[in-house]
Amino acid sequence: MATVQERFDAIVVGAGPAGNAAAFTMAKAGLKVLQLERGEYPGSKNVQGAILYADALEKIIPDFREDAPLERHVIEQRIWMMDDSSHTGMHYRSEDFNEEKPNRYTIIRAQFDRWFSSKVREAGGIVLCETTVTELVKDTKGNVIGVLTDRHGGPLLADVVVMAEGVNGLVGQRSGLREELKPDNVALAVKEMHFLPQDVVESRFNLKGDAGVVIEAMGTITKGMTGTGFLYTNKESVSIGIGCIVSDMAKSGIKPYNLLDSFKQHPSIAPLIAGSEVKEYVAHLIPEGGFRAMPEIYGNGWVVAGDAAHLVNAVHREGSNLAMTSGRLAGETIVWLKRRREPCTSVNLAEYKKRLEDSFVLKDMRKYQKIPALLHGNRQLLDLYPRMMSGIAQTWLRVDGKAKTAKESEIFKSVRKQRGLAGLVADGLRFARAWR
Amino acid sequence: MSTLNTRIEEKLYQNRYVVDAGKPHIKVKDHAIPSPELKSLVTTCPANCYSENEQGQVEIVADGCMECGTCRVVCAETGEVEWNYPRGGYGVLFKFG
Repeated sequence: MATVQERFDAIVVGAGPAGNAAAFTMAKAGLKVLQLERGEYPGSKNVQGAILYADALEKIIPDFREDAPLERHVIEQRIWMMDDSSHTGMHYRSEDFNEEKPNRYTIIRAQFDRWFSSKVREAGGIVLCETTVTELVKDTKGNVIGVLTDRHGGPLLADVVVMAEGVNGLVGQRSGLREELKPDNVALAVKEMHFLPQDVVESRFNLKGDAGVVIEAMGTITKGMTGTGFLYTNKESVSIGIGCIVSDMAKSGIKPYNLLDSFKQHPSIAPLIAGSEVKEYVAHLIPEGGFRAMPEIYGNGWVVAGDAAHLVNAVHREGSNLAMTSGRLAGETIVWLKRRREPCTSVNLAEYKKRLEDSFVLKDMRKYQKIPALLHGNRQLLDLYPRMMSGIAQTWLRVDGKAKTAKESEIFKSVRKQRGLAGLVADGLRFARAWR
Repeated sequence: MSTLNTRIEEKLYQNRYVVDAGKPHIKVKDHAIPSPELKSLVTTCPANCYSENEQGQVEIVADGCMECGTCRVVCAETGEVEWNYPRGGYGVLFKFG
């Protein structure tokens, strides 16, 4: 363990995408960095779908493709609106995604985070695992000056603490820097890893080589709750999961693993995972409250990045790229201050927020700030509409001797009955206003 | 699909844990009658750690816990759940995550 009175330029709490991005950025610039991780190895406590967004990582490690553990690059995205027996799909598949430097990859987080952490070590960062940070250390004026851990020994001191502790964020909460999460603002996701031979994955999903497919699903699969399901293809496995807002889950009395199993048994999903061997079952919270649920992200001697800062774009299912980018920008801000010999005060660390505002991170967070409340108050968007779509499609496609004009009026009548024209227009307007 | 009854034990059996014997990281505070929030954890906990005893009180066995934090969030207002991370190196160990 590091000697007790050694002082660091920065301490990073957590070794996920945000923490690794921050630690790498600072260590590479020559800062003395200590990173603390509670798991046995980096990644052992981390959960994600998982999609890696190349752009965010390229800005940190440009040649990551040379040795990062990547599963498949995504060439096809399917969005499925599901009722109990059907799905209405919107698919986009393009040969253009088979490019020299693909844009998105599926990854397995436990392996990927371990690789990312090895880069932090190569850059000169000290990574200490099996160490849980218990609280922040403050001076008499309330400035953060270090951390306490569950290991023996005194406080570990640094000029700045980067909190990349993940969604649960106990360290910041218990130090009074941010509030406890609200059940309305977090989703509980459960996921399983289903292993299949590589050629089976490829034939079932119409794939060649390292190409992959991503399915995002919504509709009656979440049984009236606000949430989504997903299925991602890895090299020799499929990640399948479903998540719903915690308050909905608690109210419904539905068990998360039953919800997952029912999703797996859906006639559109079951054949895709038939005969697979399940090797892991995981659960994780996703901060989905959006911009309005974000805590303060900097102060005297501290910054927050990633899930702990509530940086998730739930609409686009993006999170790890916001985590990496916020971690990188936090690291770059600290390096910039160090070079100018400026202290890590709240006034100076405001630069981190400014850089986030200038990036896609806070621009996207702001853009969708009204969406969480919209979905919360209008669950029909995720339940009624997929069912309606399915009804329309089936009426239209079934050839049964009825005239097409009769079918059209049948469709029109059923839509009016299910939602009404005023309801349709109101939903459309509400959605457009929130989206804008 | 309504008859579905998943054997959660079988799911958790696939996972790796290092249990910190005698030092559970989550505790339920003593209570006579559980709040609706605490009671909801019997179904909402994804590892089925919570159960109701014969007296109607809610108990926890945290060995299968995946450290998601749901119970802490659900019971934040009632204060009935005491939630900490396991000691460094203990708890669930994801092979894939």
